Amino acid sequence: MSNSSATRPARAGGFTSRKLAPYLFLAPFLLLFIAFIVAPLVYAFYMSLFRDTLVGGRQFAGAANYVKVAGDAKFWGGVWNLVLFGVVQVPIMLGLALLFAIVLDRGQVYAKGLFRLGFFLPYAVPSVIAAIIWGYLYGPTFGPFTQMAKALNLPPPAFLSPGAMIFSLANIVTWEYVGYNMVIYYAALKAIPSDLAEASRIDGASAWQFARLIQLPLLWPAILLTIIFSINGTLQLFNEPFLMRFLARDVINSSYTPNLYAYSLATQNQQYGYAAAVSFVLGIVIAGSSYIFTLITNRRRSER
Amino acid sequence: MTATTDIAPFKAARRRPGERRRSRIFLTLLLALFLVYSFVPLVYLVLSATKSNGDLFTTFGFGFGTEFNLWQNLSDLFSRDNGIFSRWMLNSVLYSTVAGLGAAIFATAAGYAFAKFKFRGRDLTFGLVLGAVFVPQTALVVPIFLLLALSGLSDNPLGVILPSMISPIGVYLMRVYIEQGVDDELLDAARVDGAGEFLIFRAIVLRLVAPGMVTVALLSFVGTWNNYFLPLIVLRSQEYQPITVGLSTWYQLAQQGGGGGQVLFSIVITGALISIIPVIVVFLLLQRFWQGGLTAGALK
Repeated sequence: MSNSSATRPARAGGFTSRKLAPYLFLAPFLLLFIAFIVAPLVYAFYMSLFRDTLVGGRQFAGAANYVKVAGDAKFWGGVWNLVLFGVVQVPIMLGLALLFAIVLDRGQVYAKGLFRLGFFLPYAVPSVIAAIIWGYLYGPTFGPFTQMAKALNLPPPAFLSPGAMIFSLANIVTWEYVGYNMVIYYAALKAIPSDLAEASRIDGASAWQFARLIQLPLLWPAILLTIIFSINGTLQLFNEPFLMRFLARDVINSSYTPNLYAYSLATQNQQYGYAAAVSFVLGIVIAGSSYIFTLITNRRRSER
Repeated sequence: MTATTDIAPFKAARRRPGERRRSRIFLTLLLALFLVYSFVPLVYLVLSATKSNGDLFTTFGFGFGTEFNLWQNLSDLFSRDNGIFSRWMLNSVLYSTVAGLGAAIFATAAGYAFAKFKFRGRDLTFGLVLGAVFVPQTALVVPIFLLLALSGLSDNPLGVILPSMISPIGVYLMRVYIEQGVDDELLDAARVDGAGEFLIFRAIVLRLVAPGMVTVALLSFVGTWNNYFLPLIVLRSQEYQPITVGLSTWYQLAQQGGGGGQVLFSIVITGALISIIPVIVVFLLLQRFWQGGLTAGALK
């Protein structure tokens, strides 16, 4: 790579110049990146410094919006909803994905291909459509579970009640993403050299010991990645509650999740500055929790 | 996916065959249980799409209706509101295809620059791009909408297509792919032969990394097809909306019940079925590329 410039025939610059080439290759992506990621971030921050008032129009407000978010019970109530949601849903989803990946990898089952494919299929369903289908399944009028309960003279299950809603949402998300996470784990398992299994077998380790002592540590980067993706996705939850809101407007209010809150602030109240501040703080909460999580797990691992 | 590290004989080797078969059956049943869970909503969707609106309410959800009404439902679906559903369908196909192709080409070009060139600010730029993987996408939607309004691009399909072409994870994947799959000596040989940088990229690099590009294109295609929040906010006119946004409007109408909302139930269900078919077909046809993309994402 280094000596090639000496042997390369001299060329007139322009499109073929080697100095210029990387910038030209990078340009299309970078332009879009700046226009639709960097600029919106900067603009959101700028907007968040202004207050939208009905009478006086837009006024510079300094950090006032951030002070307001810090003490906004609606915002933190939404974050708290999702923390509860995530504490229950993420371990179940990732635990199932890991279990299925290990079982499918060990090969002691029939019809492996069918399971791999079948588990992943829900991921191909847009989350909006998934929420619509599950909404019909949960339905208190003609949902099949209500029908079955009625046929057995049991009280119909109240999937959409205030107490059950968070689990009903968690079920939709679990349904959508177990297969996706399973494929990630499965791929990582396949990358573990087969002689490790052989060696530990000769050493007399059981399959369970092999999974716990060899496979799990080697899977750790993949697991960490899926946990961070899951924290990220959980705190951004929007589509599923937005659609379920049509079924249970009094259960899912407009600040049920932070993104629902930002959406209703921007579209219904035209409080763009405050909506931007809410989005920004949400972004900080998400990046911060991913970072703290990585830090804690790294420390724990190095202490061992 | 061909070299399977089959460690089935593991502990089982020391067990009696009967015990081994029992554990095999038990594990298969466990997985079958979850398979049923995965399929239940899809089976319900298919069954419901074959029912008339009346049967939807009066017959058992996991059973057949009194008549096979699928063709009528389809004709209702595609004729409702002057056939706007086929327009939504076309929009989704168009946005997803353009976004998928664009994302693949731009991510490959950028990945190539990062992988094979030394230039000022390379590590900083790459760090920024990687950092963007962790920027919550939905936090960007409202600011993007406001910026588009400023630049006169609100309610314009470009407002959905252009942001969907950015795939930071794609740039990362292509960088790794090109570092491992494209030989420096091959590129230098081409340079010695007098090939220009653009020709080298087009004739050598693109050809060598085509499978990786398919992965990135697929991820972006499906991501755009499934996207809801961005088009919901950016596209106000019905004729620009993709299938997810359009269908959710009908769903809302059906739920509110007024204005012939009841009739909409079977239309929404049939529309939901139609809307997932393209993604499932794409996924089944190109399975190996999906797994390739997810693998690379998980291992590094």
